[in-house]
Amino acid sequence: MATRRKFLNYVLTGGIIGWLGTVLYPVISYLKPPPLAEANVNSVKAGALADLAVNSSKIVKFGRKPVILIRTEQNDLRAFAATCTHLDCIVQFRPDTEQIWCACHNGIYDLKGRNVSGPPPRPLDEFSVNIIDDEIVIAQESEKG
Amino acid sequence: MSIHKRIILVMNTGFFKPEIFIIPVLVFASQLLLAEEKTDVSDVNYCYSCHAELEILPDAMHPEDIHLQKGLSCAGCHGGDPLQEDMEMAKARSAGFRGVPSKKDIPEFCGKCHSEIKLMRTYQPRIPTDQVAQYYTSVHGQKLKQGDRKVADCTNCHTSHAILSAKDTRSSVHPLNVPATCDHCHGDSEYMEPYGIPTDQYDSYASSVHGVALLENQDTGSPACNDCHGNHGAMPPGVTSIAHVCGICHVNNMQYFSGSKMGRAFEEQQLHACEECHGNHKVAKTSDNMLGTNAASVCVDCHSEGDAGYRAAIELQTELDTLVSAYKLAQDKFDYVRRIGMDDVELGFLLQDAKQSLIKARTLIHTFDPEQVGEMSKEGQTHAVAAINLAETQIHEYSVRRTGFGVATIFITILIVAIFFKIREIDKK
Amino acid sequence: MNDLERSKWFNWLDERFNLKPLVEFMRHKEVPVHRYSVWYYMGGVTLFLFVIQVFSGILLLFYYQPGVDSAYESVRFLMTKVEFGWLFRSIHSWSANLMVFFIFVHMFSTFFTGSYRKPRELTWISGFILLALALGFGFSGYLLPWNELAFFATKVGTDIVGAVPLVGDMIRTVLRGGEDVTGGTLLRFYAFHVAMLPAIFTVVLAVHLLLIQRQGMHEPESVSAAGTQVKKTMPFFPNFFLRDALLWMVVLNILLYLAVFFPWELGEKADAFVPAPAGIRPEWYFMFMFQTLKLLPAHVLFIEGEVLGILFFILIAAAWLTVPFWETKINRNIRPRPMTVIGIAAIIFIIVMTVLGYVL
Repeated sequence: MATRRKFLNYVLTGGIIGWLGTVLYPVISYLKPPPLAEANVNSVKAGALADLAVNSSKIVKFGRKPVILIRTEQNDLRAFAATCTHLDCIVQFRPDTEQIWCACHNGIYDLKGRNVSGPPPRPLDEFSVNIIDDEIVIAQESEKG
Repeated sequence: MSIHKRIILVMNTGFFKPEIFIIPVLVFASQLLLAEEKTDVSDVNYCYSCHAELEILPDAMHPEDIHLQKGLSCAGCHGGDPLQEDMEMAKARSAGFRGVPSKKDIPEFCGKCHSEIKLMRTYQPRIPTDQVAQYYTSVHGQKLKQGDRKVADCTNCHTSHAILSAKDTRSSVHPLNVPATCDHCHGDSEYMEPYGIPTDQYDSYASSVHGVALLENQDTGSPACNDCHGNHGAMPPGVTSIAHVCGICHVNNMQYFSGSKMGRAFEEQQLHACEECHGNHKVAKTSDNMLGTNAASVCVDCHSEGDAGYRAAIELQTELDTLVSAYKLAQDKFDYVRRIGMDDVELGFLLQDAKQSLIKARTLIHTFDPEQVGEMSKEGQTHAVAAINLAETQIHEYSVRRTGFGVATIFITILIVAIFFKIREIDKK
Repeated sequence: MNDLERSKWFNWLDERFNLKPLVEFMRHKEVPVHRYSVWYYMGGVTLFLFVIQVFSGILLLFYYQPGVDSAYESVRFLMTKVEFGWLFRSIHSWSANLMVFFIFVHMFSTFFTGSYRKPRELTWISGFILLALALGFGFSGYLLPWNELAFFATKVGTDIVGAVPLVGDMIRTVLRGGEDVTGGTLLRFYAFHVAMLPAIFTVVLAVHLLLIQRQGMHEPESVSAAGTQVKKTMPFFPNFFLRDALLWMVVLNILLYLAVFFPWELGEKADAFVPAPAGIRPEWYFMFMFQTLKLLPAHVLFIEGEVLGILFFILIAAAWLTVPFWETKINRNIRPRPMTVIGIAAIIFIIVMTVLGYVL
């Protein structure tokens, strides 16, 4: 009887410890911060400045939207929504003409995002670009006033 | 004789002597400029006020007609003296009254001002002044010269007294209204009977990709009749120029096609480039079934079993189909991941990349080179496969959760059973 | 308990805090055993679920960010990028619903057994306050993910509150933090949900539990009338407590099952400018009230239907709250017992209206 009782106590203790494990394991995993520290989609890091050549561009993910980051011939950094305002194709930077071009229907935007030729009805939304510690940071254009 | 009458006289007689014409025109123009300051045209315009009173103004006289707005009185085109109240004197030949010009004379009538840059630039510095010259190169212009009374002249498209800027949405020549304006004649089979050309262009166009975009979606980026046929020099595009016309927007398609074997062959055989496969007015939404050798294929219109083109058609379709099925699979998985509430952001981007490759592959069809299309197809498949793999990871993660639950249940059940027996034991005490 | 007295830890604490009288009291706590005993567990289950809520809620606080631009995104982030984030979120949502369900069960079981009668009037009243606070928790928490359904449900819910005569507009403005449901509303509801309500709830709960500890469990009259020979009891520690623990483990397992197999939806982000989507409804525990209001005609005599409905519910709530005081006036010897009839009528009303709310 005593051994059965002892056995039960062990099982009970083991059960409690096991139960604590199943509770604490998720809790601790949860508290460990994920690689991307926060949910913020108001700004995004776009790599080192040195990695982007002059008169070139790259596409960066901003939340769910693609953004085209351009380093102009004059060493200016610009970022625009990369979805063409005509029929949503992804635009590209043309280093030869120094314009933003949409291959679908030959829409052309200037380096301020303004639609200058072809079907696009509206300019591209602009994003603000800053350099923090040699890293390019793209953020939503904040509304002033 | 008043200065007005003198100017008008000189205008009409000095038509073929440009040197004499310049000074009076300049004076006349300055008068018009002065006239602009007056807000009520009928104040200085007895033509208008009398005709208005008698209710015999021209039909569809629009108060915002651009000539009226700019201060060009009735006399400015029709001659006569607007300052004369008496009809006989106002409409005297000596006053330069011309009345309604004959149809044949209309281009010159309008061109009196519109072909003179020195006059027009006071109103709009960059306005073109080549309309009449262009017009006479067109089918309409040429036929008009030969005496045809049915073809379009300036007033048929622009109207005579309701002329609005092409940028004005109410204008008969605003892009959204152009198809209807052309259709007015070109859609009337009885009217067009002597010319032996089709009259179904509007209907074909309205059901086409371009027509739906322009007429239903109000997308002025889509071509209206004049974007392909020209404005004043309207002609059907010549055989060699069709690709160039389509290529204004469809740049890559044109470049690929021109550089391809098909492009050169088409030129040699005087075939109508883009039109051969895509049609002219009824350009339908393209489908992958236009390739290959099935019923809907356009390739088999010329190619038959055994020739290189036939084989290429099959290869092209295969390359594309492989990518399309990979993409569809990726998309299905993406939808599923979304539905079960797993992370779909990165997946969305991969899918977008695959979609880009698919669009490029479909454009590359115009090289008619299975190798190039194959390369792009493989690139697209890489993206699609990456998307599928990521989706699988998400779906797997979803099922891992259920396994985790099973494990937790086991531990909890052990504890429950242990407690149960402990209760039994304690109750016995 | 000999085991306890022999324990080093206990002695260390006892020397400093004189725990022995407390232990004695606990040891003598007895729970009546009879055919209705099973209902005694309902309060404990509710308490357990509340503890889970606090626990999971605190965890959610680590990643949730209130604000129109960040609430939805942070919940998304939590559900997709944080390890087990999906689990704690679903646990929190499911446990909230289960807790309200068990509050109703607990409330009706104490009602039918007449546990509200003297000397337990204050226990009943504090319990009613806890019910109101729990509904407040549910209403405020529902908005926090800032999705479409929650946004519009809050709009409709606060509109109804605004229909209360005299003070309705003021209450609505204070709840909404303005005229409309905005980011300000979200921040307020967040403050209510994580600070104000928990503080008040804890105090009232402590009072509720203290009262029960002081007075012990109530025995239904049919049982106490049966005589001492038939009456059985069991010690609270460890017998009843172990049974409690067992039930809690079962409830936990059910909760986990629900969280894994019926995960809580994220929904679409709230957009004030989009027309209200079809199928906005409040959470099920508000449904019966919502459906009653929907069924009332627009005008009854000179009063607006909605106002009448609200007044009706306020009246009912007041009556329900004060049950211990007016029930004494009712003759308990009539069969069927009037209070039982009232209780069953209430349950049927709630169930029918809730079902109608989903079916119609």
